[in-house]
Amino acid sequence: MMWLPASFRRRELLNDLSEEMRLHLEERTEQLKREGLSPREAERQARIAFGNLALVEERSREVWQWPTLESIGADIRFALRQLLHSPGFAFVAIATLALAICANTVVFAVMNALVLRPLNVPAAENIYVVGHAQSMWGYESYPNYLDLRDRNRSFDGLAADNITQAGLDTGKNPSQAWLYEVTGNYFDVLGLEPYLGRFFHAADEHGPGSAPYIVLSYAGWRDRFQGDPGVVGRTVLLNKHPFVIVGVAPPGFVGSFIAFSPDLFVPIVNRGLADDTGLLSQRGERFMSEVVGRLRPGVTHAQAIADLDSIGSQLGESYPKDVDPLLLTFKLQLPGVGGAFGGAVKAFLAGLMLMAGLILLAACANLGSLFAARAADRSREVALRLALGARRVRILRQLLTEAMLLSLAGGAAGLWGSVILLRAISAWRPFPQFPMNLPLNPDANVYALALMLAVVSGFLFGIVPVRQVLRTDPYQVIKSASAGSASAAQRGRLGMRDVLLVMQITVCAVLVTSSIVAVRGLLRSMHSELGIDPHDTLLVETDPRQAGYKDAQVPALQRRTIFALKALPGVAQVGLVSSPPLKMGWDDTNIFTDETADLRPSNAAANAIYFSISPDYFQAAGTALLMGRVFTWNDDEKAPHVAVINQEFARRIFGSAAQAIGRHFKTKEGGRIQVVGVVEDGKYTANVAEGPQNAIFVPILQNPRSDAWAVVRSSSGALQLASAIRSKLRDLDSGLPCFIQTWSEEMNGAFFASRMAALSLGVLGLLGATLSITGIFGMSAYSVSRRLKELGIRVALGARRKEVLQAALGRTFKLLAIGSAAGLGLGLLATRILAFIVYQATPRDPVVLTGVVVAMALLGLVATWIPAQRALSVEPVVLLREE
Amino acid sequence: MMILESLRRQPAHGYALVQNIQQRSNNLLQVEEGSLYPALQRLLKARLVKAEWGISSTNRRVRTYQITAAGLRHLEQQISSFERMFEGIALVLNPGKLPAS
Repeated sequence: MMWLPASFRRRELLNDLSEEMRLHLEERTEQLKREGLSPREAERQARIAFGNLALVEERSREVWQWPTLESIGADIRFALRQLLHSPGFAFVAIATLALAICANTVVFAVMNALVLRPLNVPAAENIYVVGHAQSMWGYESYPNYLDLRDRNRSFDGLAADNITQAGLDTGKNPSQAWLYEVTGNYFDVLGLEPYLGRFFHAADEHGPGSAPYIVLSYAGWRDRFQGDPGVVGRTVLLNKHPFVIVGVAPPGFVGSFIAFSPDLFVPIVNRGLADDTGLLSQRGERFMSEVVGRLRPGVTHAQAIADLDSIGSQLGESYPKDVDPLLLTFKLQLPGVGGAFGGAVKAFLAGLMLMAGLILLAACANLGSLFAARAADRSREVALRLALGARRVRILRQLLTEAMLLSLAGGAAGLWGSVILLRAISAWRPFPQFPMNLPLNPDANVYALALMLAVVSGFLFGIVPVRQVLRTDPYQVIKSASAGSASAAQRGRLGMRDVLLVMQITVCAVLVTSSIVAVRGLLRSMHSELGIDPHDTLLVETDPRQAGYKDAQVPALQRRTIFALKALPGVAQVGLVSSPPLKMGWDDTNIFTDETADLRPSNAAANAIYFSISPDYFQAAGTALLMGRVFTWNDDEKAPHVAVINQEFARRIFGSAAQAIGRHFKTKEGGRIQVVGVVEDGKYTANVAEGPQNAIFVPILQNPRSDAWAVVRSSSGALQLASAIRSKLRDLDSGLPCFIQTWSEEMNGAFFASRMAALSLGVLGLLGATLSITGIFGMSAYSVSRRLKELGIRVALGARRKEVLQAALGRTFKLLAIGSAAGLGLGLLATRILAFIVYQATPRDPVVLTGVVVAMALLGLVATWIPAQRALSVEPVVLLREE
Repeated sequence: MMILESLRRQPAHGYALVQNIQQRSNNLLQVEEGSLYPALQRLLKARLVKAEWGISSTNRRVRTYQITAAGLRHLEQQISSFERMFEGIALVLNPGKLPAS
């Protein structure tokens, strides 16, 4: 570290030097004057004796300059010149790296946004979501939440929230708004300060309906109220009930779920008014999607979980009828998608990240062999420099500088590409109705990662030729004019480049395997038995409650709506369903056998997905009735309770469809329900990868639901109907907000995960394939050109085409086979992760196996085609004449 | 080497060093006085000498150089290797005579 103080003191040192030389001249002049010279002559002589003052000063200064820095500058200039000499090489290298780094940055940015980035609140590291240890979902009932909040000793505060929709009427144009229903302490637990006005607090809550306040989200304030600062204090209607806007939340805050952008927040105690089902007092109704709290400082995870679990077991003893014993143990999760969907998302993103990393590694291997080949071609230059006295370290530094320049350029290009891509993804709305929030804007982490990847990969492929350079013997190289002689000895054993190539092919085979698995799973899920026919069908979502309808008015309006829509020209059938299959957000219920008297959750015979439907729903949805009958308008609240079940349920509980008809079962409300029909199985939850599920369908007149979807099957085109439906609904009630989309569009949500998986894996697979084509091509072209003379002699001696090919490319094919086999094995292991997301992603699929083998063989063929042609067209006469 | 040897005898400033070397070589070594300074800077940088400002016997402000411990070691190495080289040259030029030592 000698240079450190020296460089700080440089100015001082140089000043000293000038002063010293001035004094030297002065002293000499005086000496000469004493010897009798005139002052002018003395000065002249002194200067002559001293020599060139400027030059001396310059030389003395140079001593203090920073030799490494300056010579690095020279290296960079030289490297730039070298690269400009071979623009093709530079372009290929930069493009390869840019693609690989872009893939990595994008995947990382998504992971960063979804999993890594903490909630945008003060001291976010103490915020945890309380989830159930044995369930993927964190749903909790309000009374349970109150007990958890009041009895725990581990949290500084425990809040809860629920994501829902409501009709928002600001005076003009009623529309649907997305909102968080939150407990009064929500903002205080998260430690937020309002952007405008105030938040509501726990002290504002005095029982159900006591806090008609709205806090707007920043986006909601900007989009729905044009950022009007006078909005605080205004009264608006939410589901026709007056609410006062008290404040605006800060810009960076979109609620604790993160991946969703709400319009507003309301106190959950006002749920009673907004939604007349009185859920707040029912311990069995687990409707709140998330319990979130701030861990008290000094309390460990284990202590907090033990604390919550002890409350859970107390609840289980006190309320055996209402509390599911499986949901009384707890876990702590990080807020956001990463926490909520836990395993699957994280595993998938980690898998993607791994693959992106593999791609980068493959790119490095690719560039490494390019660099090694380039170093071999430049061995004469290297030898000459060594002979002229350059140190090997210096030559290596030169090569490494070139590699770094390339990798930084590639990193910059990759980062640029990924920023563009990320902007596009952020702006993209995969679910038209649901305001997703994917803040993918790259932050410092992302930039740092791109820089680090560039530097590391530059270093990785830069050091590949090191051994080659270190071994260079200038005498040998310059003496034997043909540069290829050194490699003759090492042809037999496994060289560095061979290892690189096998690695690269392995990576490529892994990527190809997983993308084929994913694409095949996707194709299969598209053609799988969904149990519905979404073609030519519109979904119309209305919620009469949002227009102020109550109790018996709701089914009446729904019935009027159905008949009005049916009367429209082009409409074949209309049915109402509480929540269409494959939609995010479904209901399920515990089923008890008819003989069960004690209806506590632990005695349940099964759990079933549950739909409230109108009589013609099955025809409208295209679900086939296998046995028995569907509902009629006579199955109302006065008639005996009936249900239609699916085949899976019939088989599991009653043995078969035929045995099920006429039998009874119970739900937790205790009423006996008779099975009147059996329909085909289908997919019900928002995950097409789900296994067979129990489902029951009950008449909407016996189980009223206000927020329901009309399934409108058209006999002609579905899209033209939308405006007719809209105006019809306006005729019925102009204050009724509705949302219309085709069923196929709506189902995009269910296919979203597997489509994304297939798309991202497909892109990565293509990238990997491209890289390995160029890698194999480079390798085989190089080996053919190096052995051209040998091949010529073989041809001259009468070798047949097959033998020539064998000699030229046999090794490459062997490496290809080894790499493919290894990659296939690893890829099949990786599909275990895919099975979480992609429907029926099974590695034991003959199509996948043959697909991979064929794909790899094709890759090899494409990549070696040109070198093979070159090897076959060898003209021995021409070659030998060159000697 | 000559500079270090001079400084070993006694610390001096640049001008005095020049005078010293010229005198001791009986004016055989006539070099530009300025060429001393880059050499001094190299020695400074290698920590073989150290410098500090002071007042000379003739009451001038001068920067006096002083040899360091590392400088002494370096000098001894240099002298011994120089002597060996000199011995070699002498042997080549006068193959008959063995050197005195």
